[in-house]
Amino acid sequence: MHPKKIAAIKFEVLSPQEIRRMSVAKISNPETYDDDGFPVDGGLMDTRLGVIDPGLKCKTCNGKAGECPGHFGHIELAAPVIHVGYAKLIARLLSGTCRECGRILMKDEKRDKFIKEIERLKALGQSYEEVLKEVFRLTKAAKKCPHCGAEQREIKFEKPTSFYEVIDPETKEEQKLTPKDVRERLEKIPNDDLPAFGLDPKAVRPEWFVLTVLPVPPVTVRPSIILETGQRSEDDLTHKLVDIIRINQRFIENRDTGAPQQILEDLWELLQYHVTTYLDNEVSGIPPARHRSGRPLKTLSQRLKGKDGRFRGSLSGKRVNFSARTVISPDPCISISEVGVPIEVARELSVPIFVTPNNIEIAREFVLRKESPKASYVIRPDGKRIRVIDSNREELAEKLEPGWIVERELMDGDIVLFNRQPSLHRMSIMAHYVRVLPYKTFRLNPAVCPPYNADFDGDEMNLHVPQSLEAQAEAKILLAVQEHILSPRFGGPILGGIHDHITGLYLLTRGERKFGKDDAMDFLRALDLSEIPAKDEYTGKEIFSFILPKISIRFKAEICQGCAVCKEENCENDAFVVIENGKLLKGTIDEKAVGAFKGIIIDEIVRKFGNAAARKFIDDMTKLAIRVITRLGFTIGIDDVDIPKDAINQIEETIADAEKRVEELIKAYREGNLEPMPGRSVEETLELRIMQELGKARDRAGKIAGRYLGMDNSAVIMAVSGARGSMLNLTQMAACIGQQSVRGERITRGYAYTHRTTSHFKSNDLSARAKGFIRSSYKSGLSPVEFFFHAAGGREGLVDTAVRTSQSGYLQRRMINALQDLKVEYDGTVREQTSGIIVQFKYGEDGVDPMKSYRGKAVDVKRIIREVMEVKG
Amino acid sequence: MRLQDHILVPKHEILKEEEVEELLNLLGVKKEQLPKIKASDPIVKEIGAKPGDVIKITRKSLTAGVSIFYRLVVE
Ligand SMILES: [Mg+2]
Ligand SMILES: [Zn+2]
Ligand SMILES: [Zn+2]
Ligand SMILES: [Zn+2]
Repeated sequence: MHPKKIAAIKFEVLSPQEIRRMSVAKISNPETYDDDGFPVDGGLMDTRLGVIDPGLKCKTCNGKAGECPGHFGHIELAAPVIHVGYAKLIARLLSGTCRECGRILMKDEKRDKFIKEIERLKALGQSYEEVLKEVFRLTKAAKKCPHCGAEQREIKFEKPTSFYEVIDPETKEEQKLTPKDVRERLEKIPNDDLPAFGLDPKAVRPEWFVLTVLPVPPVTVRPSIILETGQRSEDDLTHKLVDIIRINQRFIENRDTGAPQQILEDLWELLQYHVTTYLDNEVSGIPPARHRSGRPLKTLSQRLKGKDGRFRGSLSGKRVNFSARTVISPDPCISISEVGVPIEVARELSVPIFVTPNNIEIAREFVLRKESPKASYVIRPDGKRIRVIDSNREELAEKLEPGWIVERELMDGDIVLFNRQPSLHRMSIMAHYVRVLPYKTFRLNPAVCPPYNADFDGDEMNLHVPQSLEAQAEAKILLAVQEHILSPRFGGPILGGIHDHITGLYLLTRGERKFGKDDAMDFLRALDLSEIPAKDEYTGKEIFSFILPKISIRFKAEICQGCAVCKEENCENDAFVVIENGKLLKGTIDEKAVGAFKGIIIDEIVRKFGNAAARKFIDDMTKLAIRVITRLGFTIGIDDVDIPKDAINQIEETIADAEKRVEELIKAYREGNLEPMPGRSVEETLELRIMQELGKARDRAGKIAGRYLGMDNSAVIMAVSGARGSMLNLTQMAACIGQQSVRGERITRGYAYTHRTTSHFKSNDLSARAKGFIRSSYKSGLSPVEFFFHAAGGREGLVDTAVRTSQSGYLQRRMINALQDLKVEYDGTVREQTSGIIVQFKYGEDGVDPMKSYRGKAVDVKRIIREVMEVKG
Repeated sequence: MRLQDHILVPKHEILKEEEVEELLNLLGVKKEQLPKIKASDPIVKEIGAKPGDVIKITRKSLTAGVSIFYRLVVE
């Protein structure tokens, strides 16, 4: 059979004839099962509608449960009822057509004009809802039929399904239109008028909006379930259909025995209620139908709508087996290639063991085990799954043969995929080795946070267990964490130390600090070093060297202040790192050396000794750093940003100075003496100069504060070593917050005509403090006006991030969709997969894999020269 | 003024019949699987290429220094 391509899908309305034609059974018996538990003929579980019980066969197609797709039946409604979904459209049609002749209440020429307009918009693929509204507005207003001249009455629509006609506009007397009346009127509307109401006469007749026959969905759509008590529990739809049939039969009986009109009308209303709630149980204006327990029933509309509905829940969203999700928390004691899995999760997830002669003893052991990790199921070659329980454990172990599959619980050493959304790059899903641990969170080494962009403020992550040997091998070889130390984004390490790792190593390696034997041994205790030379004292640099592989490298550290001429190893700031043959000789280890995204040492280790060695180094480095910082102690407090009175005075002076200069600029501007900068107006020049002046003032204030916050200050240590925070953050805390801005300008908003930001200032005040300059520091606190400006600037930041993330997210989605089936072929060309069309003749024009490049460059010539020299020398 | 004299316009040249043959053999593709350029493109008109011709473009490249690209001239 040839696969067919779907060109288009068109939705139409089922006609009563169509409903009868597709029906295999007329359903009229409200009973579902007889006393023996067999489905009743003509009942809702009639076997002609399909079967769900394993023993039975379908009377229509002779298929067993699972083979038979199910077949529709139908209910002949004793009285017509309105379909809620079309009630609004019915209201439009009734008001828009003549109550006598059924024609549209407008002249033919006008009607044709509207039809043409609708067709035009349809062809353009645009919405024509506005045109329909206009038709409704015009026809509703018509008092007389332009075709037969009959007087028209106003139609009132009462939600959800009632229609009234106003008999007398004076007294407002109303008469109810029964669904039967409504149907008769809709029948009279000629096909030619339908397009003006947005209906296609080839697809639909308006009278079909009033139901006379109701389709009964197959039992496979509404299967009953057997409760643990052995009781049968029917689907909500079946319950609702039972209600409909019951009332329908009551109506027929009462009508045939000639019951009073009032009783028949009440039953009709009831029938309408049941059909309405069957279609949609969340219609406003009527109480939802409820289960005996008081729970509202989930009827047709509820199956489709909303987050867990068929569309968003079942079609767009998919659920996955062998997966787990929980909150993450840090554990610096496990390797970066591991993930801590809670015991509860490990017991629930399983890994299949495909039994062979080689592993049958191991598999048998799992089946016999009574404690985790034990086997939870065995699968026989015929596909039958058997739960392993105490009573059958030995029997199953006995029977175990090659070809069976044993599903055992997750245990230490298993490979799993670990993921954090949004999965924006390949490092968002990496393979980790399992460590089963107590408590209820996934544990991960903080050094793997950067690629996942994870933190521990409540982030959750997903875990997947690969189920085939191929998948497990692929995960270990391609997806392992250590394979992602170098990023394909910039050809440098994306994994590395963060926060305390950097601070710890800074404290350890700075200067010639010496540590006693006790300290040194405690630092190194967590690592498995085999040889440590016995000494009474070790320098920090020596201790760090114990974990270094034999690399040689020289670079400027993060703390380098960028002296005009670098003195290299003689730097008095100890900011030039020299490592020779795995020995740290000079320099301080900080973010530049081991940090995520920077980590020159990590980079070097990967290139020289490979991923495994780099992983080991990161593990050792993080462990060492954490032990150092815990033993030495490291803390910050509010008094870290205290500066002496002297400094405060100097800062005040600086700012006052700057404000004076701003005043002078404003004065010059007012007097017309301000020289405009090239390409700028005088106003722009003034603003720029002021911003410049105030920016300089803040920097100067920061410098003054910095002089008093020495290198013994914890906050400063973190800022300069790159562990956390910046000198700007410190300046703002200790000295001066500085100019607040909205859209890159000083704050100018306020009521337009007042020409001022707030009522604390005079109109047209251009001074620093009137336009958002904050001279206070976070420590000293802000004045109310400053606080207001700060809020304005801060809000812009929030709005910006919110807008940017959504925009860039959508942009990336589109790009990925466009590029997803491009592939780099073995000859280095980039081609589209299906058509073979060439997109690039050489990937990236140079054919270089950025992950294997040296920070984007194909070759690092300097490195090669250095290595050659080493070998020679 | 010739477009090719402009510094931003890379070198365009028409490939000879044999060269096209060789290129297609090397890549293992049909002519239609090459990237395309319209015959109405000013540079195509300037070098006088006709639909069916293959043009070789020699560009300066940020990553590779020099990169070579080919395009099939289409209507
Ligand atoms: Mg978070
Ligand atoms: Zn069937
Ligand atoms: Zn009429
Ligand atoms: Zn230096």
